[in-house]
Amino acid sequence: MSTAQIAPHERRSPVSAVSGYLAMVLVVVVVALPLYWILAASLKERSDIYSVPVTWVPDPVTFENYDGVRQGVPFLSYLRNSVFITGTLTIVQVVIGVLSAFALSFLRFPGRTLALLFIIAALMVPSQITWISNYALVAELGWRNTFQGIMIPLAGVAFGTFLMRNHFISLPGEIIEAAEMDHAGPFTLLWRVVLPMSWPTVIAFTLITVVNEWNQYLWPLLMADDASTAPLPVGLTQLQDAEGFTNWGPVMAGTVLTMLPILLVFLLLQRHMIKGLTAGAVKG
Amino acid sequence: MSRIEERPGRGKEALLAAALLLPNVLLLLVWTYRPLVDNIRLSFFRWNLGSPRSTFIGWDNYVEFFTSDSSRTVLWNTLIFTGAAVIGSMVIGLALALLLDQKLFGRGGGVRSLVFAPFVLSGAAIGVAFQFIFTPTFGLVPDLLRTIGITPPNFYQSAGWALFMVTITYVWKNLGYTFVIYLAALQARRRDLDEAAEIDSASAWTRFRMVIWPQLRGATFFLLITVMLNSFQVFDVIHTMTRGGPFGNGTTTMVYQIYQETFVNLRAGYGATVATVMFLALLVITLMQVWVMERGREK
Repeated sequence: MSTAQIAPHERRSPVSAVSGYLAMVLVVVVVALPLYWILAASLKERSDIYSVPVTWVPDPVTFENYDGVRQGVPFLSYLRNSVFITGTLTIVQVVIGVLSAFALSFLRFPGRTLALLFIIAALMVPSQITWISNYALVAELGWRNTFQGIMIPLAGVAFGTFLMRNHFISLPGEIIEAAEMDHAGPFTLLWRVVLPMSWPTVIAFTLITVVNEWNQYLWPLLMADDASTAPLPVGLTQLQDAEGFTNWGPVMAGTVLTMLPILLVFLLLQRHMIKGLTAGAVKG
Repeated sequence: MSRIEERPGRGKEALLAAALLLPNVLLLLVWTYRPLVDNIRLSFFRWNLGSPRSTFIGWDNYVEFFTSDSSRTVLWNTLIFTGAAVIGSMVIGLALALLLDQKLFGRGGGVRSLVFAPFVLSGAAIGVAFQFIFTPTFGLVPDLLRTIGITPPNFYQSAGWALFMVTITYVWKNLGYTFVIYLAALQARRRDLDEAAEIDSASAWTRFRMVIWPQLRGATFFLLITVMLNSFQVFDVIHTMTRGGPFGNGTTTMVYQIYQETFVNLRAGYGATVATVMFLALLVITLMQVWVMERGREK
């Protein structure tokens, strides 16, 4: 928002400004305190974590809990699995989603409306109704504890196709027509004309996918029994089971490690991410 | 359209389209639509997941679902959790959006990103973290309550408090989403109407009710549906915090019940029944959304 748009009511009296700031401080505390608490606990000594009343600052600061994470469970392999699963699924979904949306937006073929409906209607199917049958099918295929067992059932792209198509059909028709007049083939059209006008939406789509896949919990929990394929969120709960209810230090260190990568991605690219996550919300 | 008809190579174009769409269509067919149909079939069977044998039992699972006491608890939990999550995150999200839409120093980047951040974090990790934070003896929340002179309840040994705890946790995680949508809607509103209200020296409440709120109708409706669908389907926070307990089903919602019956109690047929009922409920909500939106468009 530029200064020119500031409405008169934003010239504030001191009283309302002060109450505004107080409210803002309250918000910051409520949101930040749990996050601080997790981080602080992960750096505390064992006795410090269980002290009553609570201690606010880790003293001394120790990284023992982070070593404890690696001793308790094979955390590095969970991390590697998470990176592999998220990376592969994201690439596959973005490619499949963009190509589907391109075909649905720019190619003419019989059954186009039907194909569009088929893909969009999948948005209305809650994942819970697919668990049981998909679990049975994966087990039958012998894919439990394999990466394909985790990834292939999640690879279809309904929302991303919807998002990309909405963007593609909003592109100026004259440019597309001009390219067609010049006898540009479909791939030239996609690569030279459509994609260069679409990168912000593609990036938003990619980031939503990264967030979703990194945070996947139930399906990998059902699929992966051990550290050979389980991603971080599943590894975290296995760390918790391994440590029981007694040793919160390593569990909090594991929590920090599970949250940190996505938090960093978010802090670096939040503008794009918010655009994707809120796409279509305000205009409707 | 006539120009397109004349274009050469239409057959080739159809072939290309088929090739581009095939992976997506096949994946959705095999892993979304097939299990949807198969799940409905399974809901009429008694079946231990993993055993090749299943027995057709007609409507028995449905009769059990709609008559048993435990389903009453589960439906009630689902209703309370979803209702409280929707109202809580929307009201607080709107309040935050109104606050940070004001011209306050420091409202920009920092605070907004902070409020939004929990939404992108893993629900499972947040569940584990808040389990720690709510621990009766050394947990942060009980400690803060004691500091201000309140005897904290044991959040893990009362069904009501446990449900309250998972709801608060979910609202905390989801707040950033409702906040960001409302903020975007506020910033897209017509500022000249604010000025008109200002000139008429309307009070802040009147200005909100008569000028701002009507302009947020689209965002409110969108959030009502999406937050309802999302909170209806929560699994990770409940699984990591309470495993559906205490006392068996203190925090068990329909989604948790599907998991519990199918993969813990190994009653896959009954789990499929709960899933079917849930699907139909969500379908009704979604169709109502489409209906209301279409009606809004005609006006």
